[in-house]
Amino acid sequence: MPRPRTLLVAVAALTVLAAGCTTDRPTGAAGQRSGAGASPQPPAAGTGDQSKFFVQADYDAQLAMRSQTPEGPADRPWEQAIAPEPVDTAEHRKDGPYRLCFSNAAVNNPWRQVGWKTMQAEVALHEEISGLTALDAEGKDDKQISDIAELQAKGCDVLIISPNTTATLTPAVTAACAEVPVIVFDRGVETDCPVTFIKPIGGYAFGADAAEFLVAKVPAGGKILALRISPGVDVLETRWSAAKVAFDASELEVVGVEFTDGDAAKAKSVVSDYIQRHGRIDGVWMDSGATSVAVAEAFEDAGLPVPPMTGEDQQDFLRKWKDDGLTAMAPTYPTYQWRTPIIAALKILKGEEVPKVWNLPQPKITAENLDTYLQPSMPPLHYALCGCEDMPGFPEGWGGTKG
Amino acid sequence: MTPDALPARRSRRFAAVAGPTRVVFLALAGVILIGWALVAADGGQFLTLENVVGVQQRSAALGIVAVGQTLAILAGSLDLSVAYLISLTSLVAAETMAGQDSGIVAAIAAVAGVSVLVGLVNGLVITKLRVHAFIATLGVGLIIKGIVDHLYDGPAGRVPETFQHLGYDRIGPVPVSALLWAAVALTAWFLLSRTRYGYRVYAVGGDVEVARLSGVRTDRVVIVTHVLCSLCAGIAGLLLAARLGAGAPTVGTDGGYDLESIAAVVLGGTALAGGRGGVAGTVGGVLLLAVLDSVFNQLEVNSFFKDVVRGVVIVVAVAVYARRTGLLRGRRA
Amino acid sequence: MRRTLPILAVLAVLLAAIAIANPFFLEPAGFLGFVRRAAPLVILAAGQYFVIVSGEFDLSVGSLVTVEVVVAARLIDGNEGATWPVLLLLVVLGLLVGLANGLVTTLLRVPSFIATLGMMLVLSGAVFLWTGGAPRGALSEGFRMFGRQTGWAVLILAVTALVVVLLTRADFGRTLVATGDNERAAALSGVRVNRVRILAFVLSGASAVVAGILLGGFAGVSAQVGQGLEFQAITAVVLGGVVLGGGRGSVVAAMAGALTLEALFTLLNLYGISGALEFTVQGVIIIAAVAAGAVRLPFAHPRRSKGDAHAAS
Repeated sequence: MPRPRTLLVAVAALTVLAAGCTTDRPTGAAGQRSGAGASPQPPAAGTGDQSKFFVQADYDAQLAMRSQTPEGPADRPWEQAIAPEPVDTAEHRKDGPYRLCFSNAAVNNPWRQVGWKTMQAEVALHEEISGLTALDAEGKDDKQISDIAELQAKGCDVLIISPNTTATLTPAVTAACAEVPVIVFDRGVETDCPVTFIKPIGGYAFGADAAEFLVAKVPAGGKILALRISPGVDVLETRWSAAKVAFDASELEVVGVEFTDGDAAKAKSVVSDYIQRHGRIDGVWMDSGATSVAVAEAFEDAGLPVPPMTGEDQQDFLRKWKDDGLTAMAPTYPTYQWRTPIIAALKILKGEEVPKVWNLPQPKITAENLDTYLQPSMPPLHYALCGCEDMPGFPEGWGGTKG
Repeated sequence: MTPDALPARRSRRFAAVAGPTRVVFLALAGVILIGWALVAADGGQFLTLENVVGVQQRSAALGIVAVGQTLAILAGSLDLSVAYLISLTSLVAAETMAGQDSGIVAAIAAVAGVSVLVGLVNGLVITKLRVHAFIATLGVGLIIKGIVDHLYDGPAGRVPETFQHLGYDRIGPVPVSALLWAAVALTAWFLLSRTRYGYRVYAVGGDVEVARLSGVRTDRVVIVTHVLCSLCAGIAGLLLAARLGAGAPTVGTDGGYDLESIAAVVLGGTALAGGRGGVAGTVGGVLLLAVLDSVFNQLEVNSFFKDVVRGVVIVVAVAVYARRTGLLRGRRA
Repeated sequence: MRRTLPILAVLAVLLAAIAIANPFFLEPAGFLGFVRRAAPLVILAAGQYFVIVSGEFDLSVGSLVTVEVVVAARLIDGNEGATWPVLLLLVVLGLLVGLANGLVTTLLRVPSFIATLGMMLVLSGAVFLWTGGAPRGALSEGFRMFGRQTGWAVLILAVTALVVVLLTRADFGRTLVATGDNERAAALSGVRVNRVRILAFVLSGASAVVAGILLGGFAGVSAQVGQGLEFQAITAVVLGGVVLGGGRGSVVAAMAGALTLEALFTLLNLYGISGALEFTVQGVIIIAAVAAGAVRLPFAHPRRSKGDAHAAS
C-alpha cells in the first residue's frame, strides 16, 4: 500500500474537517460571535471583548439594586424582595393539602447539595404540603425536558423548575405554563410565563462586588488574574462581564482570564504558572469560590504572601481567610434562595400576591462580618448563606456537628 | 468470500445472537414488571401514558446513537467521538436553520455533510493510518470538542417551530422521535441482515484476516461503517436540536452518549470484540436502560444510587452473555 | 530500548521549547515543579501500562482516584492522628478495586472495557451516595504533605518508577507481555494468564491510590479530582508507543508518554493557545503520534499483525 498517498488523504481529510466546520455556519452570526469566546489573543492581552451575554440594562438594574433596601423581614432574607412588582394570583387559589413538584437541573455540586437539603427542610416546615415530587435531570437538558413533561401529569398544584440552561429549556417551560402555575428559580428562562422568577440580585452584582474590592485594595498598575469556571454559562458570564467593566475603568492590569472547570488542582497549577511567568500577581478575581483555597495555597507554596483575592461563602475559604488573615472578600449567590420557591408556591396557592421577579438580597462577606458567617462546626464545602440555621435537623442534616 | 461460505457464517451468527437478544428482552420484561410492582407499592402508577411516552422520548436520542454504535462494534471497531459530533451537529442544524423554515433542508444536508466527513476521517484514520479505533475516535472527538468550544460558548442558533414537531409531537402513545429511532433501527437491521454489506460487517468483525483472505475489502467496510455510525450521531444531533430549540455545545457530552451508547450495545448482547450481535439487542438494551431510569424517576431514587445500579447491571449482563457463549462453545467442542 | 527513543526525542524537544519560552524552567525549582505536577499522570500511566500491555483497558482509574481522595477526606476529617490508618485503608481499597476488575475480566470473562466502565459507574455513584452528594471532611496536613511538598512528590515518583521498572524486568513483566501478545501461546508455555492479568489490574489500582494521594495532597479534596484521568492515562501510554491490544511496549516509554502529554499541556499554556483549541491540538497530536508509530513499525518488524509470528518469547 502506498503509504505517503494515504497519509496525504488523511491529512487532507482532517483539514477539510476543520474547514468544513467553520464554513457551515452562517457568516453573519460567525462574525458577530467570534469576539466573545474565540478571541485568539495571548493571555496577557487584558480582559478581551465583552461577553455576548452582557445586557447593559440588566447590568444597570442589578448594580442599582445593591443599594436598595429590600422589603420584608430583615432576619429572613429569603422572604425579602427588592423592588417587587406584585402580581395577582387569585386565579390559582385552592384549598390544601398541596402537592408540589420540582424539576431540578442537577445535584452534582456542593452548592446544589446544600440548596436541595434546605428546600427539603423548608417543605417539612409546612403541614399543608402533602408532598414534594422531585426529579433530578442530572445536568442533562434533554432529560429535564422529559422530566418537566412527566411532572405535568402528576397532578401537581405548582411546578417549581430550576433550569439546567436558559435557552434550551424555554420551550419546555412555556409548555408547562399552560398546564400548571410555574415557579422558576436560580437560572431564568426566555419567557415571562412563570408566575414568578426567583433569583438573588444576580451575576453582575456578584462580579462587580468582587472587582470593586480588588480595585480598592490593589495599588494602581497591579496585575490581576481572573479565574472563571467555564465559558457559556449565563449566570457565570454575567459575573465576569461586570468585573470586566470595573477592571477596564480601573488602573489595574488584567494579565490573564483563565478557566479552571472548578477543579482545585487545575486552578492551583494555573496560578503557579502565572506567578512564574509574571513574577508576581497582585490580586485574584474569582467567579466562584470552589477553588479559592487552592489559589491561596499556590501563593504559599511559591513562598509568596497571598494577595487580595475574592472567593465565595464556602466554609473552607472563610476558615482559611480567618486563620491566615487574608485580605479578602466574598460575594455570595445565597443558597437560601432554595427556600423561597416553597414559600412562593404556598403564597400562590393561597391567592396572595408575589413579585413577578423576586429579587432576593445578595449579601457580601467582608472582613467586618466574617465572624458571623464562619461556622467551625460545618463541613468545608458548606455554604454559609443557606439560611438553614434555624431549621429542624440543623446542623447534622447539612453534614455539620453539634457544638 | 465464496457464496457458500456466507450461509454457514450466517447460521452460526444467528445461533449466537438469538441468546443474548432473548435475554435482554426477558430482562426488559422483568424490569417493567418489577418496576410496576415497586411503583405500585409506592402508591404510584407506572404504566401511565406520560411514562410510556417519557421512556420513549428519553431513549430516542441514545437509541439512534446506539444503533450506529452497534454497526461500529459489530465491525470490530468502536466510536468515542459520537458525543462530540452530536454537540457539533446540533449546532450546525440550529445555526443553519436560524429560526427559518426555509433553512430546514439546508440544515439536514449540512448535518449529513458534517457527519459523513467525520465518519470518513474516523474510518480513514483507523484503516489507512492504522490507528486503534479507541485512539482514533478519541482524537477526532477531541478535535471536534476543541473546534466547538472555540467557536461557541453557549447555546446558539434557533430551530423553527415546524422542526420542533420532530422533538415534541406524538401519534397516540408513540412520539415522532421514537418513530425516527425505529426507522433508523429498521434500516440498520435491513443493512445487516439483508445486504452484502451486512455479511461483510460480521465477517470483518469476526476475523479481519479471514475476511481479507476471503476477498472482503475490509478497509472499505470499516470506513462505510464509521460513516453510517457518524450519520446516526448526526440524526441524534438533529433530534436534540429539535428538542432543545437550539444547538448546544455540551448536549452530547452532558448526555454521555459515547460511553452510554457502548454500554447499551453490549447490554444488548453485541460482543465488544465484534462479529456477534445485532440491532434488535441494542434496541432492547437502550429500552432497558430507559425503563430503569423511569423506575428510578418514579421512585425518586438518588442519581448516585442509579449509577451504582447501572454499573452493576451492565457488568452482570455481559457476564451472563459471556457464560452463555462459553457454554455454547463448550458444547460444540 | 529502541522503542523508547522516539518518545524520549519528542519529550526532549518539548522540554527544550518550554525552556526557551520560560527560562525559569531550567532552574531546579522550576523543573521539579513540572515533575511534581506530572507525577500523578506518570504513575497512572505506569499502572495503565501493565493493563494495556496484557491486552486490556482500565477505565476505572479516574473514578478510583476521586474515591480515594473523597474517602480520605471524610475519614480523616482534619484529624492528624487518622492519617496513617486511613492511608493503609486507601491502599487496601485500591488493591481490592483492582482485584475486582481483574476477577470480573478473567473469571467472568467480561471484556475489560465493560468491566471497568461498570466499575467506574459503581465507584463514582457509591462514593457520593456515601457522602451525600458532595465531599465532606478535610485532609490532614500529614496527608497533604506528600502531594504538596515537591520533594515528597518527586521521591514517590522516583520510587514508583524504580518499582515498575524492576517489575517489568522480572518474570512477571515478561509473562505479562507474552500474555498480551498471544494469550494461547503464553498459556501453552505454562503462563497462568488469568493470574498475570489480575495482577496487572491490581497494579493499576495501586497506581490510582498513589496518584490519588498525590493529587489530594496537591490541591485538597474536590469532587472533580479524578475526572478524565483514565483517558489521559491511556493516551499517555499509547503516546509512549505501547500498542492497544497488548503485547508490545515498554513501561519507561509509557511514563515518558505521560511526561510528554504534561509537557504538551504546559507548552500550549505557555504559548497562550486559546483554552479550547488545546483539545484540537491534543487530538491531532495523539492521532499523529500513533499513526507515525503504526506506519513506521512494519519496517522495523516485518509482520502485519501481532501474534502470528511471535509466540511467547
